Amino acid sequence: MKKIIKHVLVPEHKKLSEKEKKLLLEKYHITIRALPQILKTDPAIQDLSVKEGDVIMIKRKSPTAGESIYYRVVVSSE
Amino acid sequence: MINNPKHEVYKKIDSIQFGLLSPKMIEKMATVRIITPELYDEEGYPVDGGLMDTHMGVIDPGLKCKTCGGSLKECLGHFGYITLAKPVIHIKFVNVIYDLLRSTCRECGRPLISEKKIKMYIKQIEEVTKEKGVEAAKEKIKEITNKIKDIKVCPHCGAKQEKITLEKPTTFVEGDRKLSPIEVRARLEKIRDEDLPLFGINPETARPEWMVLTLLPIPPVTMRPSITLESGERSEDDLTHKLGDIVRINQRLQENIIAGAPEIIIEDLWELLQYHVTTFIDNNVAQLPPARHRTGQPLKTLTERIKSKHGRIRHNLAGKRTNFSARSVISPDPTIELNEVGVPFVMATKLTVPERVTEENIEYLKRYIKNGSKKYPGANYVIRPDGKKRRITDELKEEILEELEPGYIVERHLLDGDIVLFNRQPSLHKMSMMAHYAKILPYKTLRLNPAVCHPYNADFDGDEMNLHVPQTEEARAEAEILMNVNTQIISPRYGLSVMGCIQDSISGNYLLTKYLKLPRKEAVQLLYEAGVDDISKLPNKKEVTGKEIFSVLLPDDFTYIGTAKDGSRVFIENGKLKEGTIDKSAIGVESGLMLRSLHKRYGKERTFKIIGYISKLGIVVLLHYGMTNLLSDSDLPEEAKKEIKDILKKAEERVNELIKTFKEGKLKPLPGRTAEDTLESYIMEALNKARNEAGEVIEKNSKEETSTLLMIRSGARAKMLNLVQMSAMVGQQALRGKRINYGYFGRTLSHFKKNDLSPESHGFISSSFKQGLKPTEFFFAAITGRDSLMDTALRTPKSGYLYRRLANALQDVRVEYDNTVRDSNNRIIQFEYGEDGIDVSKSEGGVLNVKRIIEEHLTKV
Repeated sequence: MKKIIKHVLVPEHKKLSEKEKKLLLEKYHITIRALPQILKTDPAIQDLSVKEGDVIMIKRKSPTAGESIYYRVVVSSE
Repeated sequence: MINNPKHEVYKKIDSIQFGLLSPKMIEKMATVRIITPELYDEEGYPVDGGLMDTHMGVIDPGLKCKTCGGSLKECLGHFGYITLAKPVIHIKFVNVIYDLLRSTCRECGRPLISEKKIKMYIKQIEEVTKEKGVEAAKEKIKEITNKIKDIKVCPHCGAKQEKITLEKPTTFVEGDRKLSPIEVRARLEKIRDEDLPLFGINPETARPEWMVLTLLPIPPVTMRPSITLESGERSEDDLTHKLGDIVRINQRLQENIIAGAPEIIIEDLWELLQYHVTTFIDNNVAQLPPARHRTGQPLKTLTERIKSKHGRIRHNLAGKRTNFSARSVISPDPTIELNEVGVPFVMATKLTVPERVTEENIEYLKRYIKNGSKKYPGANYVIRPDGKKRRITDELKEEILEELEPGYIVERHLLDGDIVLFNRQPSLHKMSMMAHYAKILPYKTLRLNPAVCHPYNADFDGDEMNLHVPQTEEARAEAEILMNVNTQIISPRYGLSVMGCIQDSISGNYLLTKYLKLPRKEAVQLLYEAGVDDISKLPNKKEVTGKEIFSVLLPDDFTYIGTAKDGSRVFIENGKLKEGTIDKSAIGVESGLMLRSLHKRYGKERTFKIIGYISKLGIVVLLHYGMTNLLSDSDLPEEAKKEIKDILKKAEERVNELIKTFKEGKLKPLPGRTAEDTLESYIMEALNKARNEAGEVIEKNSKEETSTLLMIRSGARAKMLNLVQMSAMVGQQALRGKRINYGYFGRTLSHFKKNDLSPESHGFISSSFKQGLKPTEFFFAAITGRDSLMDTALRTPKSGYLYRRLANALQDVRVEYDNTVRDSNNRIIQFEYGEDGIDVSKSEGGVLNVKRIIEEHLTKV
C-alpha cells in the first residue's frame, strides 16, 4: 500500500519535542487534556514513532490564512 | 430576594446518592398505614387510615395536617404506606431482577463463576468507572452478565441450573414452573453483599430483594389533590383512583388468605394486585392493557407524570412560563422605525413597567394612578415598601393616591419608548430575539417594519410573534445595549447586513435612481414623507434627478464603488450618486454591499437611520408614481413569438437528431455514463438551452422596462425565469434531476407510444402559462408540483432538527481572548478562530481586502 502521508491532501504531521510541548502548553495555559486528540493508530503518524502523550503538530493549507497550525495529543485507541 | 432571611442558605447540597427504598425505610418515612379504600365519611371529612388521611397532608383550606399541624400552604405532605398481602415485582426493575436470577445460583445465590473471576471482574468494573465513567461501566457489566447467564452448573455448590425465562411483563418462569414473587424475593435475598458490585449494585444503598415490593409507599395527598367540580361533586386524582384499586384488591387478597380460599382464587387476586401496582407505577407497559377511567381515557400514573414532552421535566421544569409577555399576529408598518414595535392598546394596558416613586416623579406617576387600570395610560398595581401589592381599582384609587410616597413602586402601563424584547420562533440565531422600542398603536396586531422581517424570518401570512417587557433597570440596560436592533445589522455568519430593503423598497429606489427627474417641489415632498427634514443637500435647481434625491440620504464624505446587478458600475463620490442605479446588490438584504460600507465607516446608529430612510424613500416613491403589474407585461411582439417558435423547432430538431444517433448506436457515451444517460443529459441540455434562449429573446424585445421587468432587474422580486415561463414556455419538468420517466410500462402516459423519447412525452412543456397548458403538460406540471410540495413538507422538520442538534452541541463554544476557540471545559477546539482569526462581521465575507485597506489609509494621511 502506498504511504498516505505522501498524498497531496494529507497535511504535514510532525512530532513536537518535549521542550516544544512544554512551551505550547505554557502558551495556552493548558494541561495536555485540553488538547484535541489523535489516535495512536492514525495512519498519518505511523512513521513518527509516537507514544501516548506526545503532541503532533499539523500544518494545514488554508485558503484564507495561508497556513494554519493545529496540535493534537496522541491517545491510545478506545 | 437574596437578602431576605427566608431565603438564607443553611445547607448546601454536596452530593446526591441514589438507591432503593427498603421496606424499613418505607415504614420509617411513612406517617400512617393505609388500611381502607374509603376516602371520606358521610360528613365529607377524610377517613383515618383512608387514602386521603390528613396525616399525609391536607388539600382543604380549612383543615390542619395531623402530622405537622401545618395548613394547606405550610405542609408539604407526608408519605403513608400499605402492607401488601403478597409481594409484587416492581415493574421498573424487571430487567435487573431477570439478570440477577439468571446469573446467580438457584441454591446458594453466588454468581455462576469462580471466586477468583468474581474478584477480577469487580476490579475491572471499578477501573472502568474511574476511567471512563458510569456509562462505560454499564456497558462492561452488561458484557459480563451476558457471559455468566448461560452457565449450567454452579462452581460453588455444584447445583444444576435451570433456564429461567421472563414472560413479559412481570412473570418469571424456571423450566416450565412459574416462580412466584415470594420465590424470586427469596432468591434475591440469598445474593451476598460482596457479590453485588458485579451487577453494578452498591450494597450500601440497595439490596436486590427490595426490587420486590412488600410495602408500597403511598404518596402524600398534596401530590394528588382532588378537585371539587361546580356541581359540588368531588373528582379524585388519577393516582388516588389507582391507589384505591390497590388497597381494595389488597384487602380482598388478605381476606381470602385468612379464610383459606382455594389456590386459584388467591393466585388470581395476586396477579390482579401485581397488575394494579404495575400500572400505578407505569401505565404504558407494552404487554399490559392500560388502566382506564370510566370514560375510557387512560390514567396518568407516576411514569406518565415524569416522562415525555408534557411530563414534569420537559413541561414544568425545563419549560417555564413567563409574566409580562404578549403574543399576537404581526402586520407590516413601514411608517414606524426599524427598532420600534407597534403594540396594541389592549396589550399596553396589561403589560406593565415597575417604576419606583421618588420626589421627582411622584406627580407624574400619580397621573397614571388617577387614570386607573382601564384607561390608558394608567397603572395596574402599587407595591408598598413592605412588599404588599395592591391592585388599583376605582374604589381604592383615592386611598392609594393619598398614601403614595417615595419608596413605593408603581406598575404603570407600557408607554411609547419603553424597551421590549421581540421574538419569533424558531429562535435559531441571536437575531431572532431583539430589543425594540414600544410604540402604542390602535388595533390588535403587533406591528413591525418590513425591513426587519428578514432576521426574524417573518412574513405576514398569519405569523405570530412574542413580546416581553424587561422588569428591572439592569435588564433594560442589557437589552438596550446588547440586543438593540441596530447592534444586529451585520450578521456574524456572512458579514452582510441582515436588515435592508425588500420588495417595494428596492423597486422604488431603482425606479428613482434610474429614471426619475422631478420638479424640486416634488422631490422635497418625497424626502419629507420619507422622514428626511434636512434637505440642504438637495441641489437648488428647478428640476432634480432621482440620483440627487437619493444622494440626500448619504453622508457627505461617503465614497463607494460597486457593481449593480447587471454588472454596470455604481459610483458614489463624496455623498453623491454619480453613476449607476441602486438595486438589490447595493441595498438588499444579505447582499447590500453599500450598506456594509456604510456600516464600516459610520457605525451602527448612522447606518441604521440611513437604512430606515432608504427603505421609506423607496416605498414613498412607489406611492407617488405607482407600479402595476399588467397582464400585458407578459405580452410579446409578433417577431419575438416567431423567434421563440423557431427556438422550439430548432431544439426539437436537435433532440430528434440525438435520438436518431442513439438508436443507430452511434452516440458516444460520456465518461462514466451509459449511452442512455448520455442521451438524457444531452436532451436536457438542449431543452434548457431553448428556455434560456427564449429568455434572451424576451429581454431583447422589451423596448421599455415594464413593471415586471423592473422588479426582476432591480432584484426586488421574481427572476427572469418566472417571466419566461409566463410568456414563452414553461420548460422541462425535472424529477430528481432527470426528465419524468414514471407512469406506465415503457411510457409516461397512455397518450404516447411506447419507448418514445421525444421531449413532450417526458415532461417538456412548450406552452407558456399565458397560452395555457395542454392536458399532458398540465399533468407533468402537477407531478413536479406535488413532488416539490412533499419535499419541502418533509425536509423542513428534518433539517430543523438537524440544525437544532448542531446548535445545542455548539452552544457553549466560544472565542477566548487569546483567539483560541474553546468549549465549556476549556478544551481547545481551534487554536486560532476559524484558522485565520478573522471576524466575518468585520471583514468582507471572511476575507480581508488588504489592497483596499492600504488605499484607505493612504488617502486618510
